[in-house]
Amino acid sequence: MKPINFVVCVKPVPDSRYWDRLRLDPNTKLLRREGIPIVINPMDINAIEEALRIKEARGGKVTVISMGPANTLEILAWAYAFGVDDAVLLTDRAFAGADTLATAYALASGIKKLEEVDIVLLGNESLDGSTGQVGPQVAEFLGVPHVTGVEKIDFVDDDTLHVRRKIEFGHMVIETKLPVTLAVTGEINEPRVPSVFGALWATEKEAKQWTVNDVKVDNERIGQGGSPTYVPEVANIELQRRSEVLKGEPAEIARQLVDKLSAEGVLPGA
Amino acid sequence: MQIDTYKGIWVYTEQREGKLLDVGPEILGEARKIADKLGSELAAVVLGHNIANLADELAAYGADKVYVADSPVLEVYRSDAYAPVLEAMVNEYKPEIFLVGGTSLGMDLAPRVAAKVNTGLSAHCVGLDVDEGGCMKAQTPAFGGSIMASITCAIHRPQMATIPPGFMKKPEKDSSREAEVVNVEVKLTEDDVRTRVVEVFREEPKTKPLETAETIIAGGYGIGSKENWAVLDELAATLGGSVGATRPACDEGWAVQEVQMIGQSGKTVHPNLYIGVGISGVIHHLIGIQDSKVIVAINRDAEAPIMKAADYAIVADYKEIVPALIEEFKKLGV
Repeated sequence: MKPINFVVCVKPVPDSRYWDRLRLDPNTKLLRREGIPIVINPMDINAIEEALRIKEARGGKVTVISMGPANTLEILAWAYAFGVDDAVLLTDRAFAGADTLATAYALASGIKKLEEVDIVLLGNESLDGSTGQVGPQVAEFLGVPHVTGVEKIDFVDDDTLHVRRKIEFGHMVIETKLPVTLAVTGEINEPRVPSVFGALWATEKEAKQWTVNDVKVDNERIGQGGSPTYVPEVANIELQRRSEVLKGEPAEIARQLVDKLSAEGVLPGA
Repeated sequence: MQIDTYKGIWVYTEQREGKLLDVGPEILGEARKIADKLGSELAAVVLGHNIANLADELAAYGADKVYVADSPVLEVYRSDAYAPVLEAMVNEYKPEIFLVGGTSLGMDLAPRVAAKVNTGLSAHCVGLDVDEGGCMKAQTPAFGGSIMASITCAIHRPQMATIPPGFMKKPEKDSSREAEVVNVEVKLTEDDVRTRVVEVFREEPKTKPLETAETIIAGGYGIGSKENWAVLDELAATLGGSVGATRPACDEGWAVQEVQMIGQSGKTVHPNLYIGVGISGVIHHLIGIQDSKVIVAINRDAEAPIMKAADYAIVADYKEIVPALIEEFKKLGV
């Protein structure tokens, strides 16, 4: 069996358990996210897990790559704890403010610097933006086919995969040659819990840090300047209703609610 | 990029097995309004094989023009085939705005096309605002929090956006409408495509889809465990309703994302009665329930965003309230 070289793209996202702390600054109109820990985007962990499983069966190497400020190293330490071989962080002010296109372009430039890559994996979407756009766009910049919504990867032979992807109420199985980019869903596997050895491994490893000077990029295609999209404003959404508070003992609240819902005619059979 | 050479609005109208998906006509309805405002032409774009018959239907839904790319190589969707065909079409005909239905396959296709033609793409747009100059602001809920981002694409064309199925209202068919049909020459051959479809499997859902349910009980992260989740099923059964879920609840494995997740990247629901249990109410979820006639929220946290978005807010432990509700509904014999 041919060993497989993987690159897994991982995104730092604000931990969803703390999302209620996200606040819009009324003056700057910027999103304040102080005190919210970052984690590896959950579906990217499924991507790491899938890469590790295939590597364990067939041999090869797993490298994770991310883009972000220096604190992104925290999540790359986690990736090491899962057992990846190597980690790369693209970190430079020039990369900042990138939309999905400029992000994909930068990630692809980092991936091209790595030796021969057979499979690029990443989560199908991120927890925060959930655009699902980076995978197909990385693939475009690498000049390889992509499949999104992947829930199963099978090897037909050393260079050919059968990839099962989700569609509405079903699935498709797509045959593709390597190299390829695959965006995986949360259903593809059950990620492992990092072991004590993994944690030790993580303390001994440090991610490579690459600036714009370390990769071949067109400076006009990275960062905010290389991003076709721009966000001129963010606003709180007003989805307010009357918010009538029902009080009392549980049984009393239940009676009140049933009376009100009956009166509004929204109970079934009404 | 000479952006003033880009004219007209395109809607990618996805077909599967020769049948149009609803999302295409839904977006045509919205795009028709924008086209009328701008005095622009509205075109539907459809790719496939033996699909010439779809042009009349697309005209009836409001398209002035229908671009048909018909080729055996486009028989079943593959990004490796569809994206280069659309790339060539965009480069030749230069639309100003290009909208794509955000189905599983639309979300696979649109970003690849955007990268090929080096333009911006907004995902999961729930509102579009186009100014007199043709500059589009795409309203996109972001950061899962309490905000809506307006996204613009000032100096690249076409301005692209994906729009989730079920968000826009499908217009009435007007069979008297006619459209100019442009048969696009597909130069791509099978040799150019690096992937092959081995199998397509589809199964009609057995349960009533959430989108059409009249009563919905939805649970969130606050439910706490799969065991606790059962009480939602019981409440739903009492009311003959369906059970929906938030993303965190699906991530925990308490509910099935594909059929139960409500919200921006899940389902948009329109029930008479929605009861949200243990749900904090991030905007991703709330925009999926805003069409509910009555919203009830049960949460221990009086400050949870869903409380303001609800008609009735119950600040309490759901473990006490839900059984009391089940008992009360049973008395009513609904």
